[in-house]
Amino acid sequence: MADFNVADKVDITDVVCPVTFVKTKIALEELDEGQILQVHLAEGEPLQNVPRSCKEEGHRVLKLENNGDGTFEMYVAKGPDDEA
Amino acid sequence: MAEKVDYATLKRGGFMRQKQKNRFSLRLHSVGGAFSSDDIRNIGDIADRYGNGTVHFTARQGVEIPFVKLEDVESIRADLARVGLRPGVCGPRVRTVTACQGSTVCPSANIDTQDIARKIDERYYGMELPHKFKFGVTGCHNNCLKAEENDVGIKGSCRVKWKEDPCISCGICVTACREHAIEMTDDGKIAVDYAACTSCGRCQRACPTDAWETHPAYTLTFGGQFGSTLIKGQECIPPIDDEETLFRVTDAAVGYFKDHANKGERMGKMLARIGRDEFEETIKEAYRG
Repeated sequence: MADFNVADKVDITDVVCPVTFVKTKIALEELDEGQILQVHLAEGEPLQNVPRSCKEEGHRVLKLENNGDGTFEMYVAKGPDDEA
Repeated sequence: MAEKVDYATLKRGGFMRQKQKNRFSLRLHSVGGAFSSDDIRNIGDIADRYGNGTVHFTARQGVEIPFVKLEDVESIRADLARVGLRPGVCGPRVRTVTACQGSTVCPSANIDTQDIARKIDERYYGMELPHKFKFGVTGCHNNCLKAEENDVGIKGSCRVKWKEDPCISCGICVTACREHAIEMTDDGKIAVDYAACTSCGRCQRACPTDAWETHPAYTLTFGGQFGSTLIKGQECIPPIDDEETLFRVTDAAVGYFKDHANKGERMGKMLARIGRDEFEETIKEAYRG
Protein backbone atom coordinates (compact mmCIF):
# COMPACT_ATOMS: atom_id res chain seq x y z
CA MET A 1 0.00 0.00 0.00
CA ALA A 2 1.24 3.43 -0.88
CA ASP A 3 1.38 5.97 1.87
CA PHE A 4 -1.42 8.27 0.76
CA ASN A 5 -4.30 9.82 2.62
CA VAL A 6 -7.01 8.30 0.44
CA ALA A 7 -10.36 10.11 0.50
CA ASP A 8 -12.27 7.52 -1.50
CA LYS A 9 -11.81 4.25 -3.42
CA VAL A 10 -13.41 3.03 -6.60
CA ASP A 11 -13.22 -0.37 -8.32
CA ILE A 12 -13.45 -0.19 -12.12
CA THR A 13 -12.50 -3.79 -12.85
CA ASP A 14 -16.19 -4.72 -13.19
CA VAL A 15 -16.92 -2.36 -16.12
CA VAL A 16 -15.59 -1.79 -19.64
CA CYS A 17 -14.56 1.28 -21.63
CA PRO A 18 -15.89 3.97 -21.61
CA VAL A 19 -17.62 3.28 -18.27
CA THR A 20 -14.21 2.72 -16.64
CA PHE A 21 -13.39 6.39 -16.96
CA VAL A 22 -16.97 7.54 -16.32
CA LYS A 23 -16.94 5.73 -12.96
CA THR A 24 -13.58 7.29 -12.11
CA LYS A 25 -14.78 10.72 -13.17
CA ILE A 26 -17.94 10.51 -11.07
CA ALA A 27 -15.91 9.46 -8.01
CA LEU A 28 -13.54 12.40 -8.58
CA GLU A 29 -16.46 14.82 -8.84
CA GLU A 30 -17.40 13.99 -5.24
CA LEU A 31 -13.99 15.08 -3.99
CA ASP A 32 -12.46 18.48 -3.27
CA GLU A 33 -9.38 19.73 -5.07
CA GLY A 34 -6.25 17.97 -3.82
CA GLN A 35 -8.09 15.00 -2.27
CA ILE A 36 -6.90 11.59 -3.38
CA LEU A 37 -8.91 8.84 -5.09
CA GLN A 38 -7.66 5.26 -5.15
CA VAL A 39 -8.74 3.44 -8.33
CA HIS A 40 -8.59 -0.35 -8.65
CA LEU A 41 -8.18 -1.08 -12.38
CA ALA A 42 -7.23 -3.89 -14.72
CA GLU A 43 -4.20 -4.00 -16.97
CA GLY A 44 -4.63 -3.65 -20.74
CA GLU A 45 -7.03 -1.10 -22.14
CA PRO A 46 -8.10 0.49 -18.79
CA LEU A 47 -4.46 0.90 -17.75
CA GLN A 48 -3.56 2.52 -21.10
CA ASN A 49 -6.47 4.92 -21.08
CA VAL A 50 -7.82 5.78 -17.61
CA PRO A 51 -4.65 7.33 -16.13
CA ARG A 52 -4.09 9.33 -19.31
CA SER A 53 -7.71 10.52 -19.32
CA CYS A 54 -7.34 11.63 -15.68
CA LYS A 55 -4.30 13.69 -16.67
CA GLU A 56 -6.14 15.19 -19.64
CA GLU A 57 -9.01 16.27 -17.34
CA GLY A 58 -6.55 18.16 -15.16
CA HIS A 59 -6.10 15.63 -12.32
CA ARG A 60 -2.70 14.53 -11.11
CA VAL A 61 -1.71 10.88 -11.17
CA LEU A 62 0.57 10.37 -8.15
CA LYS A 63 1.41 6.70 -8.33
CA LEU A 64 0.52 3.38 -9.90
CA GLU A 65 1.12 0.12 -8.11
CA ASN A 66 1.17 -3.26 -9.80
CA ASN A 67 -0.76 -5.75 -7.66
CA GLY A 68 0.83 -8.61 -9.58
CA ASP A 69 -2.55 -10.21 -10.35
CA GLY A 70 -3.38 -8.31 -13.51
CA THR A 71 -4.73 -5.33 -11.57
CA PHE A 72 -3.25 -2.00 -10.51
CA GLU A 73 -3.93 0.65 -7.87
CA MET A 74 -3.90 4.20 -9.15
CA TYR A 75 -3.68 7.15 -6.76
CA VAL A 76 -4.96 10.33 -8.34
CA ALA A 77 -5.27 13.78 -6.80
CA LYS A 78 -8.29 15.80 -7.89
CA GLY A 79 -7.43 18.84 -10.02
CA PRO A 80 -9.19 22.23 -10.04
CA ASP A 81 -12.85 22.28 -11.13
CA ASP A 82 -13.40 23.38 -14.73
CA GLU A 83 -16.31 25.58 -13.68
CA ALA A 84 -14.27 27.53 -11.13
CA MET B 1 -24.77 15.20 -79.59
CA ALA B 2 -23.62 14.32 -83.04
CA GLU B 3 -19.90 14.72 -82.28
CA LYS B 4 -17.83 11.73 -81.28
CA VAL B 5 -17.56 11.48 -77.53
CA ASP B 6 -14.02 11.69 -76.13
CA TYR B 7 -14.39 9.33 -73.17
CA ALA B 8 -10.71 9.61 -72.21
CA THR B 9 -11.00 13.37 -71.74
CA LEU B 10 -14.21 12.94 -69.79
CA LYS B 11 -12.57 10.34 -67.57
CA ARG B 12 -9.58 12.59 -66.95
CA GLY B 13 -12.06 15.23 -65.87
CA GLY B 14 -13.73 12.89 -63.38
CA PHE B 15 -16.70 11.81 -65.50
CA MET B 16 -16.86 8.03 -65.17
CA ARG B 17 -18.84 6.23 -67.82
CA GLN B 18 -21.69 4.19 -66.36
CA LYS B 19 -23.13 0.93 -67.68
CA GLN B 20 -26.23 2.93 -68.63
CA LYS B 21 -25.83 4.60 -72.01
CA ASN B 22 -25.10 8.32 -71.86
CA ARG B 23 -24.86 8.39 -68.06
CA PHE B 24 -21.78 9.32 -66.05
CA SER B 25 -20.81 9.14 -62.43
CA LEU B 26 -19.15 12.46 -61.66
CA ARG B 27 -16.21 12.22 -59.31
CA LEU B 28 -15.50 15.32 -57.23
CA HIS B 29 -12.13 16.61 -56.15
CA SER B 30 -11.67 15.78 -52.49
CA VAL B 31 -8.81 15.76 -49.99
CA GLY B 32 -8.70 13.55 -46.93
CA GLY B 33 -12.49 13.08 -46.99
CA ALA B 34 -12.92 16.62 -45.66
CA PHE B 35 -15.93 18.64 -46.77
CA SER B 36 -17.73 21.55 -45.16
CA SER B 37 -21.40 21.13 -44.34
CA ASP B 38 -22.07 23.72 -47.07
CA ASP B 39 -20.18 21.52 -49.54
CA ILE B 40 -22.33 18.55 -48.57
CA ARG B 41 -25.57 20.55 -48.99
CA ASN B 42 -24.36 21.86 -52.37
CA ILE B 43 -23.41 18.35 -53.51
CA GLY B 44 -26.90 17.19 -52.52
CA ASP B 45 -28.52 20.02 -54.48
CA ILE B 46 -26.44 19.25 -57.57
CA ALA B 47 -27.24 15.52 -57.29
CA ASP B 48 -30.94 16.42 -57.24
CA ARG B 49 -30.55 18.78 -60.21
CA TYR B 50 -28.36 16.63 -62.48
CA GLY B 51 -28.35 13.07 -61.14
CA ASN B 52 -30.97 10.76 -59.65
CA GLY B 53 -30.80 12.22 -56.16
CA THR B 54 -28.15 9.83 -54.86
CA VAL B 55 -24.52 10.39 -53.90
CA HIS B 56 -21.84 7.72 -53.60
CA PHE B 57 -19.01 7.84 -51.07
CA THR B 58 -16.18 5.89 -52.68
CA ALA B 59 -13.74 3.45 -51.11
CA ARG B 60 -11.02 6.13 -51.07
CA GLN B 61 -12.94 9.02 -49.49
CA GLY B 62 -14.13 10.36 -52.80
CA VAL B 63 -17.62 11.58 -53.60
CA GLU B 64 -19.41 10.75 -56.85
CA ILE B 65 -22.69 11.98 -58.25
CA PRO B 66 -24.05 9.18 -60.47
CA PHE B 67 -26.54 9.38 -63.37
CA VAL B 68 -25.26 12.66 -64.79
CA LYS B 69 -26.16 13.12 -68.49
CA LEU B 70 -23.51 13.80 -71.11
CA GLU B 71 -25.25 16.96 -72.32
CA ASP B 72 -25.10 18.39 -68.80
CA VAL B 73 -21.32 18.08 -68.47
CA GLU B 74 -20.59 21.77 -69.05
CA SER B 75 -23.43 23.14 -66.95
CA ILE B 76 -22.70 20.85 -63.99
CA ARG B 77 -19.05 21.95 -64.11
CA ALA B 78 -20.19 25.57 -64.02
CA ASP B 79 -22.61 24.89 -61.15
CA LEU B 80 -19.88 23.14 -59.16
CA ALA B 81 -17.46 26.03 -59.75
CA ARG B 82 -20.05 28.51 -58.48
CA VAL B 83 -20.06 26.79 -55.09
CA GLY B 84 -16.30 26.19 -54.92
CA LEU B 85 -16.33 22.53 -55.95
CA ARG B 86 -14.69 20.88 -58.94
CA PRO B 87 -14.58 17.50 -60.66
CA GLY B 88 -11.89 15.03 -59.63
CA VAL B 89 -9.63 12.89 -61.80
CA CYS B 90 -9.35 9.28 -62.86
CA GLY B 91 -6.89 7.42 -65.11
CA PRO B 92 -3.06 7.42 -65.07
CA ARG B 93 -2.36 10.28 -62.72
CA VAL B 94 -2.14 11.19 -59.04
CA ARG B 95 -5.48 10.35 -57.46
CA THR B 96 -7.45 11.51 -54.44
CA VAL B 97 -5.16 11.97 -51.44
CA THR B 98 -6.70 10.13 -48.51
CA ALA B 99 -6.21 10.94 -44.83
CA CYS B 100 -7.65 10.17 -41.41
CA GLN B 101 -8.85 13.02 -39.18
CA GLY B 102 -5.38 13.47 -37.71
CA SER B 103 -4.16 15.42 -34.73
CA THR B 104 -6.72 18.22 -34.89
CA VAL B 105 -9.41 15.71 -33.85
CA CYS B 106 -8.00 12.30 -32.91
CA PRO B 107 -6.29 11.75 -29.54
CA SER B 108 -4.10 8.99 -31.04
CA ALA B 109 -2.70 10.97 -33.99
CA ASN B 110 0.95 11.98 -34.06
CA ILE B 111 0.68 14.33 -37.07
CA ASP B 112 -1.74 16.76 -38.72
CA THR B 113 -2.71 14.42 -41.56
CA GLN B 114 -5.23 16.80 -43.09
CA ASP B 115 -2.63 19.54 -43.47
CA ILE B 116 -0.13 17.12 -45.04
CA ALA B 117 -2.84 15.74 -47.35
CA ARG B 118 -3.74 19.26 -48.55
CA LYS B 119 -0.07 20.00 -49.26
CA ILE B 120 0.35 16.73 -51.20
CA ASP B 121 -2.84 17.49 -53.09
CA GLU B 122 -1.57 20.96 -54.07
CA ARG B 123 1.76 19.52 -55.14
CA TYR B 124 0.71 16.43 -57.07
CA TYR B 125 -3.05 16.03 -57.62
CA GLY B 126 -3.85 15.14 -61.23
CA MET B 127 -0.16 14.93 -62.23
CA GLU B 128 0.21 12.81 -65.38
CA LEU B 129 2.15 9.60 -64.70
CA PRO B 130 2.59 6.16 -66.33
CA HIS B 131 -0.26 4.76 -64.21
CA LYS B 132 -2.48 5.67 -61.29
CA PHE B 133 -0.63 6.90 -58.22
CA LYS B 134 -2.11 6.97 -54.72
CA PHE B 135 -1.07 8.79 -51.59
CA GLY B 136 -2.55 8.03 -48.17
CA VAL B 137 -1.81 9.75 -44.88
CA THR B 138 -2.55 8.09 -41.55
CA GLY B 139 -2.01 9.79 -38.20
CA CYS B 140 -0.56 6.97 -36.13
CA HIS B 141 0.47 3.34 -36.11
CA ASN B 142 -3.14 2.21 -35.55
CA ASN B 143 -3.15 2.85 -39.29
CA CYS B 144 -6.88 3.50 -39.79
CA LEU B 145 -6.02 4.91 -43.22
CA LYS B 146 -4.01 1.81 -44.29
CA ALA B 147 -0.84 3.61 -45.43
CA GLU B 148 0.84 0.51 -46.92
CA GLU B 149 -1.86 0.01 -49.54
CA ASN B 150 -0.81 3.22 -51.28
CA ASP B 151 1.98 3.87 -53.79
CA VAL B 152 3.32 6.25 -51.17
CA GLY B 153 1.96 5.86 -47.65
CA ILE B 154 2.69 8.36 -44.89
CA LYS B 155 2.24 7.33 -41.27
CA GLY B 156 2.47 9.62 -38.28
CA SER B 157 5.17 8.58 -35.85
CA CYS B 158 6.50 10.06 -32.64
CA ARG B 159 10.12 10.04 -31.55
CA VAL B 160 10.39 9.81 -27.78
CA LYS B 161 12.96 10.56 -25.07
CA TRP B 162 12.32 9.82 -21.40
CA LYS B 163 12.23 12.74 -18.93
CA GLU B 164 13.24 11.68 -15.46
CA ASP B 165 11.80 14.59 -13.51
CA PRO B 166 8.03 14.21 -14.06
CA CYS B 167 8.19 10.38 -14.12
CA ILE B 168 6.44 8.58 -11.24
CA SER B 169 7.86 5.18 -12.26
CA CYS B 170 4.37 3.76 -12.74
CA GLY B 171 5.48 1.44 -15.56
CA ILE B 172 2.50 2.13 -17.85
CA CYS B 173 4.88 2.86 -20.73
CA VAL B 174 6.48 -0.56 -20.24
CA THR B 175 3.09 -2.25 -20.64
CA ALA B 176 2.03 0.11 -23.44
CA CYS B 177 5.00 -0.75 -25.68
CA ARG B 178 4.11 -3.45 -28.18
CA GLU B 179 7.75 -3.95 -29.17
CA HIS B 180 8.91 -4.63 -25.59
CA ALA B 181 11.43 -1.84 -26.15
CA ILE B 182 10.98 -0.21 -22.72
CA GLU B 183 12.34 -1.47 -19.42
CA MET B 184 12.17 -0.03 -15.93
CA THR B 185 15.27 -0.49 -13.82
CA ASP B 186 15.12 -1.41 -10.13
CA ASP B 187 15.58 2.24 -9.14
CA GLY B 188 12.59 3.29 -11.27
CA LYS B 189 14.47 4.67 -14.26
CA ILE B 190 13.22 4.05 -17.80
CA ALA B 191 15.46 2.63 -20.52
CA VAL B 192 14.43 2.60 -24.18
CA ASP B 193 15.88 0.15 -26.69
CA TYR B 194 15.84 2.44 -29.73
CA ALA B 195 16.79 -0.41 -32.08
CA ALA B 196 13.45 -2.04 -31.27
CA CYS B 197 11.43 1.22 -30.98
CA THR B 198 9.14 1.90 -33.97
CA SER B 199 8.33 5.46 -32.83
CA CYS B 200 4.63 4.63 -32.55
CA GLY B 201 4.21 6.96 -29.56
CA ARG B 202 2.03 4.63 -27.44
CA CYS B 203 4.34 5.08 -24.44
CA GLN B 204 3.98 8.85 -24.32
CA ARG B 205 0.23 8.68 -25.02
CA ALA B 206 -0.39 6.36 -22.08
CA CYS B 207 1.90 8.33 -19.76
CA PRO B 208 -0.12 10.01 -16.97
CA THR B 209 2.57 12.61 -16.18
CA ASP B 210 3.91 13.74 -19.61
CA ALA B 211 7.32 12.28 -18.81
CA TRP B 212 8.42 12.13 -22.45
CA GLU B 213 9.97 14.59 -24.85
CA THR B 214 8.23 14.01 -28.16
CA HIS B 215 8.86 14.91 -31.76
CA PRO B 216 6.44 14.08 -34.59
CA ALA B 217 7.86 12.20 -37.57
CA TYR B 218 6.68 10.70 -40.86
CA THR B 219 7.18 7.00 -41.60
CA LEU B 220 6.96 6.35 -45.35
CA THR B 221 6.15 3.18 -47.29
CA PHE B 222 6.56 2.73 -51.03
CA GLY B 223 5.03 0.57 -53.73
CA GLY B 224 1.78 -0.57 -52.13
CA GLN B 225 -1.37 -1.47 -54.05
CA PHE B 226 -4.59 -3.18 -53.05
CA GLY B 227 -6.41 -3.96 -56.26
CA SER B 228 -6.40 -7.19 -58.24
CA THR B 229 -2.86 -7.78 -56.97
CA LEU B 230 -2.06 -7.05 -53.35
CA ILE B 231 1.35 -5.58 -52.56
CA LYS B 232 2.23 -4.12 -49.19
CA GLY B 233 4.26 -0.91 -49.36
CA GLN B 234 7.67 -1.13 -47.69
CA GLU B 235 9.84 1.21 -45.68
CA CYS B 236 13.42 1.97 -46.69
CA ILE B 237 14.39 5.03 -44.64
CA PRO B 238 14.04 6.03 -40.96
CA PRO B 239 11.07 8.21 -39.90
CA ILE B 240 11.41 11.73 -41.38
CA ASP B 241 11.58 14.63 -38.94
CA ASP B 242 10.55 17.62 -41.04
CA GLU B 243 8.25 18.59 -43.91
CA GLU B 244 11.05 19.79 -46.16
CA THR B 245 12.65 16.35 -46.15
CA LEU B 246 9.24 14.72 -46.50
CA PHE B 247 8.49 16.51 -49.75
CA ARG B 248 12.02 16.02 -51.04
CA VAL B 249 11.49 12.27 -50.58
CA THR B 250 7.99 12.22 -52.11
CA ASP B 251 9.32 14.25 -55.08
CA ALA B 252 12.05 11.62 -55.53
CA ALA B 253 9.55 8.73 -55.37
CA VAL B 254 7.16 10.32 -57.88
CA GLY B 255 10.08 11.31 -60.15
CA TYR B 256 11.55 7.82 -60.11
CA PHE B 257 8.16 6.32 -60.93
CA LYS B 258 7.69 8.76 -63.81
CA ASP B 259 11.10 7.88 -65.28
CA HIS B 260 11.09 4.11 -64.79
CA ALA B 261 7.54 2.72 -64.85
CA ASN B 262 6.04 1.26 -67.98
CA LYS B 263 2.69 2.56 -69.13
CA GLY B 264 -0.03 0.93 -67.05
CA GLU B 265 2.40 -0.33 -64.41
CA ARG B 266 1.96 0.56 -60.74
CA MET B 267 4.94 1.39 -58.56
CA GLY B 268 4.85 -1.97 -56.76
CA LYS B 269 4.91 -3.86 -60.07
CA MET B 270 7.70 -1.63 -61.35
CA LEU B 271 9.80 -2.37 -58.27
CA ALA B 272 9.12 -6.10 -58.65
CA ARG B 273 10.31 -5.90 -62.28
CA ILE B 274 13.47 -3.81 -61.88
CA GLY B 275 14.31 -4.46 -58.23
CA ARG B 276 14.26 -2.09 -55.28
CA ASP B 277 17.98 -1.32 -54.89
CA GLU B 278 18.35 1.66 -57.20
CA PHE B 279 14.96 3.06 -56.12
CA GLU B 280 15.86 2.79 -52.44
CA GLU B 281 19.22 4.45 -53.06
CA THR B 282 17.39 7.35 -54.77
CA ILE B 283 15.05 7.65 -51.78
CA LYS B 284 17.93 7.51 -49.29
CA GLU B 285 19.76 10.25 -51.20
CA ALA B 286 16.69 12.47 -51.06
CA TYR B 287 16.32 11.67 -47.36
CA ARG B 288 19.91 12.73 -46.67
CA GLY B 289 19.38 15.89 -48.73
